[in-house]
Amino acid sequence: MLFFSYFKELVGREVTVELKNDLAIRGTLHSVDQYLNIKLENTRVVDQEKYPHMLSVRNCFIRGSVVRYVQLPPEGVDVELLHDATRREARGG
Amino acid sequence: MSSGPGLESLVDQTISVITNDGRNIVGVLKGFDQATNIILDESHERVFSTKEGVQQLVLGLYIIRGDNISIVGELDADLDSTVDWSNMKAYPLKPVIH
Repeated sequence: MLFFSYFKELVGREVTVELKNDLAIRGTLHSVDQYLNIKLENTRVVDQEKYPHMLSVRNCFIRGSVVRYVQLPPEGVDVELLHDATRREARGG
Repeated sequence: MSSGPGLESLVDQTISVITNDGRNIVGVLKGFDQATNIILDESHERVFSTKEGVQQLVLGLYIIRGDNISIVGELDADLDSTVDWSNMKAYPLKPVIH
């Protein structure tokens, strides 16, 4: 639940989602759900020359199961806070 | 969970689905469920290759199992009509490796 809450805080920010098929998509985070499915707006594929497959897509839903990385804006990460929260969750409360 | 990135807003719209094996299927979203299983009407596949432009394969009514779906994109019709797919050459997308 921790990362679900965390991603909800990032709604409205610009992120890059790297998929397990090596595609990287940049866009504004619109929403996230419990499976960490992600909806992005104003999307563009990072290497459009190589991957023109989504040229006419501006909004997309990405299934959580195919996400490899989410690149976050530096100002969107409070490392200390996240550290504390993950430790607390690991301890079971 | 009521909020979140559901596909409600895309029902009856043309969408572009990228599957885990790298295929690109375009069709009208008719239904979906929790597991992202989807029903696509009037669907066709866009086959990318480096030898020739994009080929369109007519598929018709399709159900795609959620497990096999990577991306569901909202197809912008205006934008799509500006793209010259018949002359677009590109490598097919790689399959998803979990």
